[in-house]
Amino acid sequence: MDSTPAPQEQITGEITLDSIMRQSGWSKDRCTSTAWRIPLNRFSMTVVVSALTAAMSAAVVWADPADDTLLIDGELEMVTRTTSVEGHPLPEVISGWHYRSDDTRVLEQDSFDNPGMLGVEEGEEYWNTVEGTMGKSCASCHDDAAESMAGVGATYPKWSETLGKPINVELRINQCRVENMGAEPYPFDKGGQKPLTAYIKHQSLGQPVALDLNEGEMQQWWERGKETYYKRTGQLDLSCASCHEKNNGKYIRADHLSQGNVNGFPTYRLKQSNLVSLHNRFRGCIRDTRAEFPAAFSDELMGLEVYTTWRGTGLSVETPAVRQ
Amino acid sequence: MAGKKPRVKIPKSVSAGDVITIKTLISHKMESGQRKDKEGNPIPRDIINHFEAAYNGKVVFSVDIDPAVSANPYLEFTSRINEAGTFTMKWTDDAGEVTEYSQDVALKG
Amino acid sequence: MNISRRTLLCSSAAAAATAFFGLAGRAVASVEDVEKLITEFASGGTIESGGALQLKTPEIAENGNSVPVSFSVDSPMSEEDYVESVMIMASDNPSPDVATFHFTPDSGIAKASTRMRLARTQDVFAVAKTSTGKLFKVSNNVKVTIGGCGG
Repeated sequence: MDSTPAPQEQITGEITLDSIMRQSGWSKDRCTSTAWRIPLNRFSMTVVVSALTAAMSAAVVWADPADDTLLIDGELEMVTRTTSVEGHPLPEVISGWHYRSDDTRVLEQDSFDNPGMLGVEEGEEYWNTVEGTMGKSCASCHDDAAESMAGVGATYPKWSETLGKPINVELRINQCRVENMGAEPYPFDKGGQKPLTAYIKHQSLGQPVALDLNEGEMQQWWERGKETYYKRTGQLDLSCASCHEKNNGKYIRADHLSQGNVNGFPTYRLKQSNLVSLHNRFRGCIRDTRAEFPAAFSDELMGLEVYTTWRGTGLSVETPAVRQ
Repeated sequence: MAGKKPRVKIPKSVSAGDVITIKTLISHKMESGQRKDKEGNPIPRDIINHFEAAYNGKVVFSVDIDPAVSANPYLEFTSRINEAGTFTMKWTDDAGEVTEYSQDVALKG
Repeated sequence: MNISRRTLLCSSAAAAATAFFGLAGRAVASVEDVEKLITEFASGGTIESGGALQLKTPEIAENGNSVPVSFSVDSPMSEEDYVESVMIMASDNPSPDVATFHFTPDSGIAKASTRMRLARTQDVFAVAKTSTGKLFKVSNNVKVTIGGCGG
């Protein structure tokens, strides 16, 4: 076996390993019984990957995103593939919808079949519920969300002069609760935070994502998010880009890697059978690299929200998207 | 607030003799009784175990549901409509609590 | 650092599988359990393979937590001859029963759809019983994928 240190490129072999494992039919069922133990360090990983790559040299580990059109209820055509915004490293941005199986894609095409709509309807109840010392609901000031919230889901995060940093929909709701309702802010992912965020973003269904990076210091936060996006972390030494930029379209085990666009959050994930918030997904993704994950709404993740939202510029807001 | 609020889709107007498709979805975690919490204690089963749809008081369709049905149970079924009337649907959970929904069906002029 | 990569990958796969069923170390159903249920359901009748019963499931399910399943039975659905019930089962879940659907002539057509949980790759069974005592049985294999991050 070649013991020459591998070039940098080959060290990204983790994903290739997963793909090869899948291609070679190492099913989940065999996971529990096998005695294979692969020491997790770069050198051995590379050697193992090289050996497997050699053995599987003919394996095709890439699959096209599905060629399909997302038409909701037969009338609202969504932009799920479009030319990237200037400065984007990929030529085309593709919604995660294209990377899912037929059965999962079809769930998003019908607003009744989409189980995420249960969360949106719950959000509407929160919208109309009076809370706090000032005796107000969201609707008391903002009336009909279809009008007052139109476009919000396509243009957040925005610059907040008060906070001196970007603010997303979740934090904007909390700000409103504290300042205008006299209510407690929602803790992360608790109370009405997910359903209300989904309800508000859903009012922009079909609108193209378009952030204004010229506001305040949005550009600096974009830079900060970009740094996070490309920073390798965790025992698996992966960055966001390792999977979602360099290897999108390939399989990590049985999972078809998407570009990681965030235009459908909060998203209904079959895994959780529930709406999943963007910062929950960020944390889950970082956890999967076996790294310590930052707090929700921390500066690090707010920067990442700005940057990843920008990457999806031009894609339709899909909230609530349906994913595996 | 989460509650068990059903969503039901029934065609708005129907001709006599039509067989219509009805879709239902209800928010429920469908706790299977097979899971354990962080301390290792079993999480008790809590599911919707029965669904029934009646038209003008007569049962048209029902389902005995087991824990293998997914969270937020989805059911799609059909019914022959011979006259204008009212659908009544009932979801019953393990605690015996019943969630009801009803909707009128009109016949085309 | 000598963490097993397989253990690592397996742990996330197992975590996904246990999300609803808590399978680790637990007995699962078997084809025998399914046969037992079918025998009870048939109560002595002769079962025809396939026949008027069609079962639709995906070949590959992207997530075992929500697998679409639908069936239909060719039947006049008249007072004299209609489909009374259809039972759905899965051979490798912690418990084999999924749901039993009951029809009446007013159902118009003997068909229904739902979404089910499959703990792993396995066979899904459907058995139908008509008011005239006919019995039909079919089964489909469904491969359940356990993803790296998504599953």
